[in-house]
Amino acid sequence: MFGLSSKHDRTILIVATLFMLLAPVIFNLFPENSALAFFNGGYPDLMQRFAIFAILATGFNILFGLTGYLSFGHAAFLGVGSYSAVWMFKLLGYNVLPAILLSIVVAGLFSVVIGYISLRRSGIYFSILTLAFAEMSYRLAYSVLTPLTNGETGLQVYNSDPQVLAGANSPTSPHLFGIEMSSAFDINLGPWQFTFPVGYYLCAILMLISFYIAIRIFRSPFGLMLRAIKSNQTRMTYTGLNPKPYTLAAFVISGMYAGLAGGLLASMDPLTGAERMQWTASGEVVIMTVLGGAGTLLGPILGAGVIKYLENVFSKMNETLLETWFAFLPDSLQHAVVWVLSKFTGEGWHLTLGLIFMVVIIFLPGGLVEGGQRIGKRFSRRKSSGNDDDNAAASEPAE
Amino acid sequence: MGILEVKGVNKRFGGLQALGDVNLSVQENTVHAIIGPNGAGKSTLLNCLVGKLIPDSGSVSFDGQSVLGRSPFAINQMGISRVFQTPEIFSDLTVLENVMIPCFARRDGTFKLNGIRSVMSQNDMRAKAMAMLEDVNMADKATMHAAAMSRGDKRRLEMAMCLVQDPKMLLLDEPTAGMARADTNNTIDLLKEIKEKRNITIAIIEHDMHVVFSLAERITVLAQGTPLVEDTPENIKGHPKVQEAYLGGNH
Ligand SMILES: Nc1ncnc2c1ncn2[C@@H]1O[C@H](COP(=O)(O)OP(=O)(O)OP(=O)(O)O)[C@@H](O)[C@H]1O
Ligand SMILES: [Mg+2]
Repeated sequence: MFGLSSKHDRTILIVATLFMLLAPVIFNLFPENSALAFFNGGYPDLMQRFAIFAILATGFNILFGLTGYLSFGHAAFLGVGSYSAVWMFKLLGYNVLPAILLSIVVAGLFSVVIGYISLRRSGIYFSILTLAFAEMSYRLAYSVLTPLTNGETGLQVYNSDPQVLAGANSPTSPHLFGIEMSSAFDINLGPWQFTFPVGYYLCAILMLISFYIAIRIFRSPFGLMLRAIKSNQTRMTYTGLNPKPYTLAAFVISGMYAGLAGGLLASMDPLTGAERMQWTASGEVVIMTVLGGAGTLLGPILGAGVIKYLENVFSKMNETLLETWFAFLPDSLQHAVVWVLSKFTGEGWHLTLGLIFMVVIIFLPGGLVEGGQRIGKRFSRRKSSGNDDDNAAASEPAE
Repeated sequence: MGILEVKGVNKRFGGLQALGDVNLSVQENTVHAIIGPNGAGKSTLLNCLVGKLIPDSGSVSFDGQSVLGRSPFAINQMGISRVFQTPEIFSDLTVLENVMIPCFARRDGTFKLNGIRSVMSQNDMRAKAMAMLEDVNMADKATMHAAAMSRGDKRRLEMAMCLVQDPKMLLLDEPTAGMARADTNNTIDLLKEIKEKRNITIAIIEHDMHVVFSLAERITVLAQGTPLVEDTPENIKGHPKVQEAYLGGNH
């Protein structure tokens, strides 16, 4: 099916598809007015971010997971993608199709240049070069390139913009041939409320296509060469293979994934600023990929999902909420607990992220996917030893 | 004319003349050994042949074409495969994948964006790699991680990776250095077998005289960067200059 020869790959593609299509339900497990509704994540903004960052991390993983080249500048491609998309909105109109296409193309071209130069070095020097390029882009967006980026104000669409393709009745927000990204339909099932947003589904479908392409790349001779680069470049060169163009191709492909993600971010919310290119944004992709499991297919998606969901939950928590949660404690204890926890929630969510990241890296160096595999293994071992017991029990009466 | 012709090659490292006016001609389908005391310049010479080093002067041609100025992967594509002193393999990959990579390199050249058909569905490539693994008695280890193998097996795997490319010439730099006697003998047998089965030229750098005299048809003795003599094993054995180079040298 779909040219995927291994059963394992077909299974994960099907699981990912079901998950993405049903995400509005899966993320909204708790009834709308229940106490746990706080932990719901099934609203458009969060789900879109999840799908978009899953694309970004999946692309990043093609470079980092397969070749081992750690880029610290992928946010630059994300930003370039967003700027390109907003320019398309300004010049052509709010249809997202040309915007997304241009963001992929421009990010691709941009990554050819940055990749060509950065890939002259490897290891830490490569990482620093990519970081330097991304920071340069970020600074340039604020200064010299203001005519293109609108500097600190950020780039957005104004009424005076040409929008040459926009007809009289065209929607005034991003749309795909008239279907507006911001529209959604709600389903109420008793106390449950599910929202199915159009924008999310566009992101989800593009994410699934990106994921499918990533699977094909992982299994192809091209993917094998990328893993060879990570494993032993000396052997590779003396086997008649030139690692340079392979690495550059991986870099450009992952840059295009980032461009697509940037284009989608702008398509969900048609404005963008330079902060999208800041190094913290580049670091976030690295964390997502490593947390989920670099070099695995599902890892980056898992990482993106976990981080975006926890970010949402933890930054929503504030002191008032914490106080109501811990109201059952004696007053002084309640204050102490709330004081400590408040440092890890709201604005302090990054502290929590740091802790989670450290715990995972120390105890599960292969990321969450490794954790899942370990649990799976333990489970199957217990199962098989259980079978042994059964056999022993079955053979007893015969004795 | 030999398949490999080295003419007047010089190489200096700062003040050190590592190679001084080296002339060497390796005939097609022979096993040619290069011996000499430590620091004689054997590895340097080999590195000049595979594109890792560029000689200061002189010429190196393989199969009628100059190799100078070509990068290692281009020289490999001309038909020269190299085995390293410590086996260089893709440790993170499986044994089968290790052998399939050179198959793709032979079919697709130095670079091809080959992203559509999966590796494992390409039955012809897979069969070719498996046949090679059968040849070196490693078929049962095909799905093993290369890193998990013994040193002897890694050496066999590396040879399999070179041979599956059907090279015209195989270069070996001290393939038995640091090996136990049994492993050394296995390597000798493996190389003999290879030589019997296919048309291949082998150049081998070796300190172990047992290995040299079991395999070589021609021997070149290198001392202080210059060839002393080149002759058949029988003649080399009793050659006074060789005795002198080894006994009077720093070996
Ligand atoms: N990259 C280098 N830079 C400087 N000097 C070098 C370099 N490579 C080799 N040499 C020197 O050149 C001389 C020849 O070295 P080479 O490694 O070719 O000797 P060899 O015959 O292979 O010795 P061995 O039997 O110990 O492997 C030595 O004196 C060595 O120190
Ligand atoms: Mg040497």
